[in-house]
Amino acid sequence: MCGIVGLFIKDKALEPRLGELTAGMLATMCERGPDSAGFAVYGASKAGEAKITLQSPEPDEDFKTLAKVIEGEIGGKVKLDVKSTHAVLLCKDDQIDAIRKAIREKFPRVRIMGVGESIEIYKEVGYPTEVAKQFDLVHMKGTHAIGHTRMATESAVTTLGAHPFSTGSDQCLVHNGSLSNHNNLRRDLKHDGMTFETANDSEVAAAYLTWRMNQGLNLGEALEKSLEDLDGFFTFVVGTKNGFGVVRDPIACKPAVLAETDQYVAFGSEFRALAGLPGIENAKVWEPEPATVYFWER
Amino acid sequence: MRAIDLEKTPLRELNENLHQLKDGTNETEWEVLNPRGQHAIAVGVDAPVTVTIRGPVGYYCAGMNKQATVVVHGSSGPGTAENMMSGKVIVKGDASQYAGATGRGGLLLIEGNASSRCGISMKGIDIVVKGNIGHMSAFMAQTGNLVVLGDAGDALGDSIYEAKLFVRGSVKSLGADCIEKEMRPEHHDQLSALLKKAGVNGVKTSEFKRYGSARKLYNFNIDNADAY
Repeated sequence: MCGIVGLFIKDKALEPRLGELTAGMLATMCERGPDSAGFAVYGASKAGEAKITLQSPEPDEDFKTLAKVIEGEIGGKVKLDVKSTHAVLLCKDDQIDAIRKAIREKFPRVRIMGVGESIEIYKEVGYPTEVAKQFDLVHMKGTHAIGHTRMATESAVTTLGAHPFSTGSDQCLVHNGSLSNHNNLRRDLKHDGMTFETANDSEVAAAYLTWRMNQGLNLGEALEKSLEDLDGFFTFVVGTKNGFGVVRDPIACKPAVLAETDQYVAFGSEFRALAGLPGIENAKVWEPEPATVYFWER
Repeated sequence: MRAIDLEKTPLRELNENLHQLKDGTNETEWEVLNPRGQHAIAVGVDAPVTVTIRGPVGYYCAGMNKQATVVVHGSSGPGTAENMMSGKVIVKGDASQYAGATGRGGLLLIEGNASSRCGISMKGIDIVVKGNIGHMSAFMAQTGNLVVLGDAGDALGDSIYEAKLFVRGSVKSLGADCIEKEMRPEHHDQLSALLKKAGVNGVKTSEFKRYGSARKLYNFNIDNADAY
């Protein structure tokens, strides 16, 4: 089944409430996906700086020494902000490759969940409201967020199998549905140098979009292409640093509701997810059409 | 009038109250407040009462309805009035996927648009949609009537049996074995009665086209043997 929520804020005044509103939306979708949950939050960014979201199965041990060890390896300053099993490493954007290498060598069990100027990604196995509490989603601020509650069908219930999937800088994807050609597509994408962390079908969709955007397409164009190349059931919600996109397969049996006001664009698998948003009574609310790309950019 | 606020009262309590109503009850007017998209509101009512819901509802609202009139002042989620037996369900906003699916009787009136698969496998229900309907509507529709004042999406009436489809606007494409049929005098009368029942005024039956089954999928055709 799975539940998806997304909030793309247009009115700056609402940015401090991004986490609170997203947490409220996510909580309504627990029944659709009680296995695990995750969310991507696009927060403040500074030119030249990057955020690397890390996850460890032994956070107490790894995160105690990680910043110091990394600094020693790359010969520069970093800052580590620990949140439960995750941590956000703040660094200069030209240090990312060196840090990736250092983490691979010195902390092999630490996983990189996402990298970018503004994206932070948190995901864990567990009931969605508990996962949101674990990472204090309610106090996060930013411009847009995408959340997911998972009922696994295609691969195991693990932290890495939870959504969102991030396969490119500041990019993330969540998926409700199942893809039928993900094995072939994964093989093709691997030939072109894409790397995969899981056997999950949704990760292939994320990598596909990254691959398309690496070719110079914008998010909207990449989503258009996905309708030709991906086979299966899907409702995708996708985020980039400045963009927010939605697409459904031509059969469109996975539910989706969009709402737009002067203040925001919001996505929910069901209307319940949108019921608590400010001004929803007067919002334009509609179901996205099948095989149609919806895409907003600031 | 009994008013039930779903912010304060659990949904199950509302539905239990509605299920206990019998023919001849004096509690004929019900109002439901703050539905906030909850699922299964007023499902399985079997009494001649009116349930007015103030706001949008989620999945399966008024499913299996018998006798009752259920009015949604908002939009409704998937499976609205699914398998309705009799009575009337009115959605003032839009309805999501498979509204009126498998319905056996009664009237479903959608004042906005209906999404995909409206009236799928309908078996006697009358559905009137003032706006448009989505793709694969009336798939395997068996009996009953689907009236659409707006446009229909792709593959209308795919594998249809004997349901009658009346569409005023355009039809993006017809499904397998669904064809346009002549509007004979009896069809004008039938459509006119349906529009009247739904309270639709100012629309002429001559503005509609009728669609139905070509009846070519009914029996195995030996010429198609190579296809299997």
